[in-house]
Amino acid sequence: MPRTPAQHGTPAQHGTPAQHGTPAQHGTPAELLRFITCGSVDDGKSTLIGRLLHDSRLLYADQLDALVADSKRVGGRGGELDYALLVDGLAAEREQGITIDVAYRFFATERRRFIVADTPGHEQYTRNMVTGASTAQAAVILVDATQGLLTQTRRHLHLVSMLGVRHVLLAVNKLDLVGYSREVFEALADEFAGLAKELTIDDVTAVPVAAVHGVNLVARSAHTPWYTGPTVLDWLGAVPVDDDAAATGPARFLVQWVNRPSAEFRGYSGRVLAGVLRTGDRVRVLPGAAEAIESTVRRIVTMDGDLAEAEVGRSVTVLLADELDVSRGDVLAAAEAPPDVADAFQARLVWLGADELLPGRRYLAKIGARTVGFTCDQPKYRVEVDSLRRAPAKVLRGNEIGVANVHLDVAVPYEPYRTSRDLGSFIVLDRLTNATVGAGMIDFALRRSANVRWQQLTVGKPARAALNGHRPCVVWFTGLSGAGKSTVADLVEKALHAAGRRTFILDGDNVRHGLNKDLGFTDADRVENIRRIAEVASLMVQAGLIVLVSFISPFRAERELARNLVEPGEFCEVFVDTPLAVAEGRDPKGLYAKARRGELANFTGIDSPYEPPEQPEIRLDTTTLSPVDAASAVVERLAEMGII
Amino acid sequence: MLSDLDRLEADSIDVLREAVAESERPVLLYSIGKDSSVLLHLARKAFHPSPPPFPLLHVDTTWKFREMITFRDETAARLGLRLIVHRNPECLALGINPFEHGSAKHTDLWKTQGLRQALDEHRFDLAFGGARRDEEASRAKERVFSFRTAAHRWDPKNQRPELWRLYNARTHPGESIRVFPLSNWTELDVWRYIQRERIPIVPLYFAAERPVVHRDGALIMVDDDRLPLAEGERPELCTVRFRTLGCYPLTGAVRSTASTLAEIIEEMRGATTSERQGRVIDRDQTGSMERKKQEGYF
Repeated sequence: MPRTPAQHGTPAQHGTPAQHGTPAQHGTPAELLRFITCGSVDDGKSTLIGRLLHDSRLLYADQLDALVADSKRVGGRGGELDYALLVDGLAAEREQGITIDVAYRFFATERRRFIVADTPGHEQYTRNMVTGASTAQAAVILVDATQGLLTQTRRHLHLVSMLGVRHVLLAVNKLDLVGYSREVFEALADEFAGLAKELTIDDVTAVPVAAVHGVNLVARSAHTPWYTGPTVLDWLGAVPVDDDAAATGPARFLVQWVNRPSAEFRGYSGRVLAGVLRTGDRVRVLPGAAEAIESTVRRIVTMDGDLAEAEVGRSVTVLLADELDVSRGDVLAAAEAPPDVADAFQARLVWLGADELLPGRRYLAKIGARTVGFTCDQPKYRVEVDSLRRAPAKVLRGNEIGVANVHLDVAVPYEPYRTSRDLGSFIVLDRLTNATVGAGMIDFALRRSANVRWQQLTVGKPARAALNGHRPCVVWFTGLSGAGKSTVADLVEKALHAAGRRTFILDGDNVRHGLNKDLGFTDADRVENIRRIAEVASLMVQAGLIVLVSFISPFRAERELARNLVEPGEFCEVFVDTPLAVAEGRDPKGLYAKARRGELANFTGIDSPYEPPEQPEIRLDTTTLSPVDAASAVVERLAEMGII
Repeated sequence: MLSDLDRLEADSIDVLREAVAESERPVLLYSIGKDSSVLLHLARKAFHPSPPPFPLLHVDTTWKFREMITFRDETAARLGLRLIVHRNPECLALGINPFEHGSAKHTDLWKTQGLRQALDEHRFDLAFGGARRDEEASRAKERVFSFRTAAHRWDPKNQRPELWRLYNARTHPGESIRVFPLSNWTELDVWRYIQRERIPIVPLYFAAERPVVHRDGALIMVDDDRLPLAEGERPELCTVRFRTLGCYPLTGAVRSTASTLAEIIEEMRGATTSERQGRVIDRDQTGSMERKKQEGYF
């Protein structure tokens, strides 16, 4: 069997054959660089990759034979070698002469292995470019020297920047068609550099190229004597392989699978996402429960034997010193520097689905190794790709990019995408079709859930409680309009105040005049109204007060929300239970009469339901209790709860 | 820093674990070749000390090299793994073979239809395969988690976007996912890994004197007396080995004296032809792999 590299002595050979003379698969390269190529239709991406493979002698003779035959049969270069055919493998692509899907190619030099994602330039296939960029460390963006920078070029650079690719090469292609003009090259390079700066990409290099002739791909060309920079392959060989950031950070381990071969062995199989995990390390289990769960790494198991430590990128099985309920999707993190846990984020979204993203619609999101319920608020804005300007948006359509607040059903450990691609990225799935319809990158959390470290203030709730002589709480009065909520609340406050307790009443009407004056009476606004009240009540509890809230608050879900904002034992739900007939008979504000006449829509009890509390802290039957007796009962209940 | 092989190994284990965690009834398509050997080795690593939580499925054609079948049964027994062997009963009844029915029909009926039968019969919702993206142009465009319709079809124009390491394995009943943990490995990686990890492979990969006949520029090994010989055609003993393994009448040997892994790797590095060059089936028609895959072939 012949052992020399193929001599590519084909009749259609152009340009100077590569002179680097090293059969590229020699040696054992240690580094792995993943990069993407992107450009608009006809910019010559596939040709560039095909030519790189060809000129760096990575094609086998039979592949070359097939290329010669295909070039004659379907090639776009009149029978001359059409390098794009090496990459455009799908029949439809060959027929249409375009690339319709991301293709992965492999080659190596003496020092490096490369995985190339060749990504399509056509606008409708942006999703494939995002796919390729998501795992890439570097990008090669092509522009056609005769066309200049196009809309797609800006889009590509924007996507590349957004997906965290920090090293970009601009290949100004087809320079042969403008007579290898230095001026054309430099003007494009300058324009591109400006754009890159705008998108905060620091590392940008431009190379003048004629891909079909192999100019400046592997070897410097005599056609561009004025160019002294690196060739495309030089640059690819020198670009930093960005592993340092994750390698030096605090340890993060993603649990993918609970490994239980026997009752004695409970291991967590997964991957080190950052840092180094060592036996004896103290780790926190996230998202965990209300209190922090910590343990110690007892063993790091592999089929090749136990390890003392596992560095970033390793797939191992971890055993902890304690029996804990750790499950798929949990993160084991360095106990001294755990990531935050949250269920709501501002995120950048790339919409990939054919159907538009609908705010409020229920989707699924896969984040880390967990799939959870997902909803999205109305986008704050979408980014116009031509201008990079922000534009208002009610929805996101396919291939649109926007920024929105997103919500998950459960809190998850996360890091901003710029810190961690693994813990800061998610995909959005359609519940019905199971399709992957969106990709998201976390900017920051909107709020952190209760079990994570909170800004610790020196004067805390206990200190204030000690000063006040009582514990704080929310007393939440719920019941029909006219049930007597305000009357009883007022009496309770009087009694508490007289006893030297610090109190405050949050009144629905008053709040709507100020804090909530922007809200109407739609369902969404009603929910937001309650949410703000609940948040304010929670702040007042922090301040040490007994907060009396009197609202109809007909829905259990809203009251539950308010309850969950304070600690257990700090919420006293008072059900002011008055039958509809009695309340309607009292009708102190004449509202029932109005509602019966049809002048008030969505009136609770008439044409809108009231969901009575299932387990209130106290139920007041106002048909048998006087307001004063009812107030006394509430004060007694607060004493039982240890509030006063 | 991890070496490139360490990184490829960790990535593949990551894929194996995700796939198992996200499916109900996974299976590993075991074709007995070097890629299957690597895949099986990675599966053992991924779930150690548990055994791989899925059976092996071999879609047999009755035309495999005898040494492959021996190796298959020994491997399953040595590792204590459940092995399902499926032979398309229609093909058995009709006696489908590459000589009378042609390689295209032979492959479609035995392998493509046989695979579909086996997956349906056992209701597997996820199947691992050892395919690599460097093998063929349409493979280069396939996802690591590749969706198949209830009719086992691959729609290359409508693939799920695959970002980061967030694989989407969700299916409706009847639909399935093919998962390719070796997507980003090259042929050379596979050999280097086999050497590093001392993974057992079928001896046919190593050079030895074997009886072969010349057919259409390929060296076909006469593995049993079912291979029809033309008049005057006589098997000659040549020192050959195989770069890929399949049905013996459709698999060309290469002349080689490489009888150790080190020699094979050395030969690989100087190779001028791709491994699929020895395969008759890929060259039946232009775009033939893409077409076969659309119909359910691996």
